[in-house]
Amino acid sequence: MADNREFFYRRLHSLLGVIPVGLFLTQHLVVNHFATKGEEAFNRAAGVMEGLPFRYLLETFVIFLPLLFHAIYGLYIAFTAKNNVGRFGHFRNVMFFLQRVSGVITLVFVAWHVWETRIQAALGAEVDFHMMADILSNPLMVGFYIVGIVSTVFHFANGLWSFSVSWGITISPRSQRIMTYITMVVFVALSVVGIRAILAFV
Amino acid sequence: MSENKTVRFMITRQDTMDSAPYEEEFVLPYRPNMNVISALMEIQRNPVNAKGEKTTPISWDMNCLEEVCGACSMVINGKPRQACTALVDKLEQPIRLAPMSTFPVVRDLQIDRERMFDSMKRIKAWIPIDGTYELGPGPRMPERKRQWAYELSKCMTCGVCLEACPNVNSKSDFIGPAFISLVRLFNAHPTGSMNRDERLNALMGDGGLQDCGNSQNCVQACPKGIPLTTSIAAMNRAATVQSFRNFFGSDHQVD
Ligand code: HEM
Ligand code: SF4
Ligand code: FES
Repeated sequence: MADNREFFYRRLHSLLGVIPVGLFLTQHLVVNHFATKGEEAFNRAAGVMEGLPFRYLLETFVIFLPLLFHAIYGLYIAFTAKNNVGRFGHFRNVMFFLQRVSGVITLVFVAWHVWETRIQAALGAEVDFHMMADILSNPLMVGFYIVGIVSTVFHFANGLWSFSVSWGITISPRSQRIMTYITMVVFVALSVVGIRAILAFV
Repeated sequence: MSENKTVRFMITRQDTMDSAPYEEEFVLPYRPNMNVISALMEIQRNPVNAKGEKTTPISWDMNCLEEVCGACSMVINGKPRQACTALVDKLEQPIRLAPMSTFPVVRDLQIDRERMFDSMKRIKAWIPIDGTYELGPGPRMPERKRQWAYELSKCMTCGVCLEACPNVNSKSDFIGPAFISLVRLFNAHPTGSMNRDERLNALMGDGGLQDCGNSQNCVQACPKGIPLTTSIAAMNRAATVQSFRNFFGSDHQVD
């Protein structure tokens, strides 16, 4: 495997984008969606997650390290491309470009979001409904969060499409087209879940 | 009327391998059914630019003149394609010609496509049949599979798919779409498949198929209509299986 190191890293990057980071993203948005049922429902749902055993172990190995690897290697991948959407305006080339743009936006958003919530929590703040309501009392922040969530969800949904090509799950043009429809439904559905949750704090 | 019709060309030129490129404009008398090569030959006959100055004739590559050798590939009005089948009547003017930027320029529109030859050697794009004694006929290939493989075998290593790919550039070592499809072709051959693991492992080395980011420009650009993205996905599947075989060990390296 020694001379296939790059192959291994690329496949690891691809896998981590879905398992666990993509799964965590989905779970996170679903938990946040409890905010639409009121403050108490949200705090209870978030409390269940917070109360999981081995929480720091889980956070480190299921969220933090995989995300860090995917983000850093993803940044490297994004900047080795020489985008040419102007010359080749086909749908998939546009998606290729958007996958890279949304990755960078996601990185900025997630970094800010982790700073505002997890790091502040480590510094003694209480992470609950009020914290989010506080952050989102600023309309600029509402805009920033919506852009961030839509970009992250797009990146994940379109990433599911390329994941299925990278691992050789969808091979024929027809299977790839059907996967495009499926992943765009995922994009719309998760965007609705994410935005509804944000608006519930406003 | 048509006697006075002209065709305008804007050509990116470069005098030596490391000198700076510059643009030169040419205006030629129109002739019916002109293509880019015949226009370049016209300039060769009378190397005078649009300003009326005498200049050097333009250098370019060509061979078959019927879109089967791939030698005349260049960027025509922003799109990489073969000059010999680029009809002037179908092009917007001024017609812009430039060398394909993926390859080192030798002079003007002439490029060095050596990297593709190296890539063919790397992925073992051949079927080893030489032995020290007569091996007899190889296994037969089913006719329908032969017809299918024929489509993949149309690749003329023209380099257009490399030029179209956003991941083939000076910052990356990506081998490019054509060679991924060639591994599929040679691995599909009944005799070629006896070395399928060697080609797959070569394809999984640094700069191999994993560097594909699925922009799918290649399949749109390929003049031979080769299903490159289908080949890439199929090789991704084969590489996934191969990587497990390499890691865990397997009795099925070649079957
Ligand atoms: C919530 C965070 C993220 C999730 C859920 C996620 C998910 C994914 C998935 C599923 C893929 C598809 C893998 C494949 O093509 O096989 C992917 C690809 C990619 N990701 Fe992310 N990602 C996230 C964050 C980031 C960040 C922060 C960056 C940094 C710029 C990034 C950059 C990329 C790039 C460049 C690709 C394309 C890789 C390729 O074409 O081979 N991602 N991501
Ligand atoms: S696959 Fe098509 S575009 Fe690529 S080198 Fe072969 S013929 Fe040219
Ligand atoms: S000269 Fe052979 S493809 Fe144009």
